[in-house]
Amino acid sequence: MSDNPENNTYWSANIRIVTWCLVIWAIVPFGFGILLRSMFSGVMIGGADLGFWVAQQGSILVFLAIIFFYAWRMNRLDAQYGVDEQ
Amino acid sequence: MDQFTINLLFVGASFALYIGIAIWARAGSTSEFYAAGRGVHPVLNGMATGADWMSAASFISMAGLIAFVGYDNSTYLMGWTGGYVLLALLLAPYLRKFGKYTVPEFIGDRFYSPTARMVAVLCLIIASVTYVIGQMTGVGVAFGRFLEVSNTTGLLIGAVVVFAYAVFGGMKGVTYTQVAQYCVLILAYTIPAVFISLQLTGKVIPGLGLFGTDMSSGEPLLLKLDQIVTDLGFKSYTGHHTDTLNMVLFTLSLMIGTAGLPHVIMRFFTVPRVADARWSAGWALVFIALLYLTAPAVGAMARFNITNQFWPNGTEGEAVSLETIANDPAYHWMATWEKTGLLKWEDKNDDGKIQYYNDKNPDMEARATANGWVGNELTKFDNDILVLANPEIANLPGWVIGLVAAGGLAAALSTAAGLLLAISSAVSHDLMKGQLTPNMSESSELMSARVAMAVAIAVATYLGLNPPGFAAQTVALAFGLAAASIFPALMMGIFTKRINNVGAVVGMLVGLLFTMVYIFLHKGWFFIPGTASFPDTVEGSLFGIQSTAIGAVGALLNFVAAFVVSSMTAAPPKEIQDLVESVRIPRGAGAATDH
Repeated sequence: MSDNPENNTYWSANIRIVTWCLVIWAIVPFGFGILLRSMFSGVMIGGADLGFWVAQQGSILVFLAIIFFYAWRMNRLDAQYGVDEQ
Repeated sequence: MDQFTINLLFVGASFALYIGIAIWARAGSTSEFYAAGRGVHPVLNGMATGADWMSAASFISMAGLIAFVGYDNSTYLMGWTGGYVLLALLLAPYLRKFGKYTVPEFIGDRFYSPTARMVAVLCLIIASVTYVIGQMTGVGVAFGRFLEVSNTTGLLIGAVVVFAYAVFGGMKGVTYTQVAQYCVLILAYTIPAVFISLQLTGKVIPGLGLFGTDMSSGEPLLLKLDQIVTDLGFKSYTGHHTDTLNMVLFTLSLMIGTAGLPHVIMRFFTVPRVADARWSAGWALVFIALLYLTAPAVGAMARFNITNQFWPNGTEGEAVSLETIANDPAYHWMATWEKTGLLKWEDKNDDGKIQYYNDKNPDMEARATANGWVGNELTKFDNDILVLANPEIANLPGWVIGLVAAGGLAAALSTAAGLLLAISSAVSHDLMKGQLTPNMSESSELMSARVAMAVAIAVATYLGLNPPGFAAQTVALAFGLAAASIFPALMMGIFTKRINNVGAVVGMLVGLLFTMVYIFLHKGWFFIPGTASFPDTVEGSLFGIQSTAIGAVGALLNFVAAFVVSSMTAAPPKEIQDLVESVRIPRGAGAATDH
């Protein structure tokens, strides 16, 4: 553990955000795109089911959303804990 | 103006642009050579990363892989983009904060072990060299087709151009050329796709056209596509037909491999700040997504157009006649590509027509017997010609074809340059400066980096001219090694303080050896034909996992081995724990910049 307790809470806050982002990162392509595809076969998007759309395009859009959310959230967290680059 | 002149103009103009940038962005210091002086704007770095990442495989092969398989090959789309989430969340900001020049350097410092650094150099060189062979052969093929010169001449021209901007410009020259190459390749990819989407669905954005309506039948495009391919005995386009476990593991291996490829990681050393490294990963994915959201549309629409060309009267009607193929300008592309040997057809039953159907499907037998068909007569359609032939298949104007030629070359050259840079910096910075001659001055290090780059280009050109028969299979090896050795070591180096030198080295070696042996058991030892012990199929393979999907398992073993061994040996010293501590905090990244 760090000598600076502030840095420890900063790091655990970061780990929490990363964990949630990775849960979504895993569920969307592997869950909705592959494993759970048959559960949502009734939801149609332009001639195919939801799983097909997620596998071909939806996952990529979700990945983009995760990265931009993380960058925005972390830059705020850096400022909050005073560890941002001046 | 004939097509040859148009192609020459487009390719010549794009090359002149790259050389111009090279002269402007000449590297004067090691910082500029390895990390472009850390002054690259995050959006520009994102664009350069896009060009660096999107190789001949993304530009030329991927849409073809999706077109002839459909849903099951979505693995490439998800796998080659999902890795950027891992990069942005787990690696890029911390490695930028660390503030050195190469991936092996981080591994060597964090695990306080020159051995760890050399193992990383070994993994980096194997992964990058195998990857670069494919790019160089791609350059030769694209030149051969579009400029009507021999593959050898084409490859040599390509090598001279890469030499000009990579040897003199280093990372700085490569970065700014890649920005230009990105613009060329994305225009070349999307413009034909927009035309085709408009023709078929009336939608301007191809990614939306994929889920739009086929204007000639009034039905959704994908529904219509499923119907025509199943009519001909092929598997449905949108259906799931492969083994689920292998699909999951293959996607995961591509994701982890993407995040572990050194030529991609080192791009994040070039931005000014830690915050920029986070944004830059996002921008990189934006620019990659522009192509990756279009690719499934290109694939589906090409499959649709090709099937309709062979069955102009519908799948229940008469097949296209040899006379039409020879005389109708809409079929001119077939004669062009037949010359390359990548497209072949044969009128097996001498009825003057070419029947394209799946002769392996027993359900087609009744219809084949009734009509006197004796087998599929489109005997060869190489996946790789799909994107390059697409503008001709859709009857687009000549300048679009010229643009596609320049785009294919941009994709192959930009990736080749990135890989060559990763190899040369590992040799000059990690091997020579780090290990053999530590007292080297900055100017002699810069000189040795340039010599290493020139040698790497010569080796890559030689291998491109004499590709080992296994060039295609080695890409699986590159991803497998990056996933199983480099990514876990980097991630553990940042996220745990407990992993020590012994643990990291054992982990990397376990991941590396397991993955290599598993691939060799299925593909043959050192890819020598006849030495494989197991067939590389879902049923035949050891553990039921195909060799392309094994990288994820190798990564897991790396993590487990490193944790077990570290817990049995001494914890890392205090200064290493402090190093990890400082890497986790963005403040102070500027100060750490140059040493």
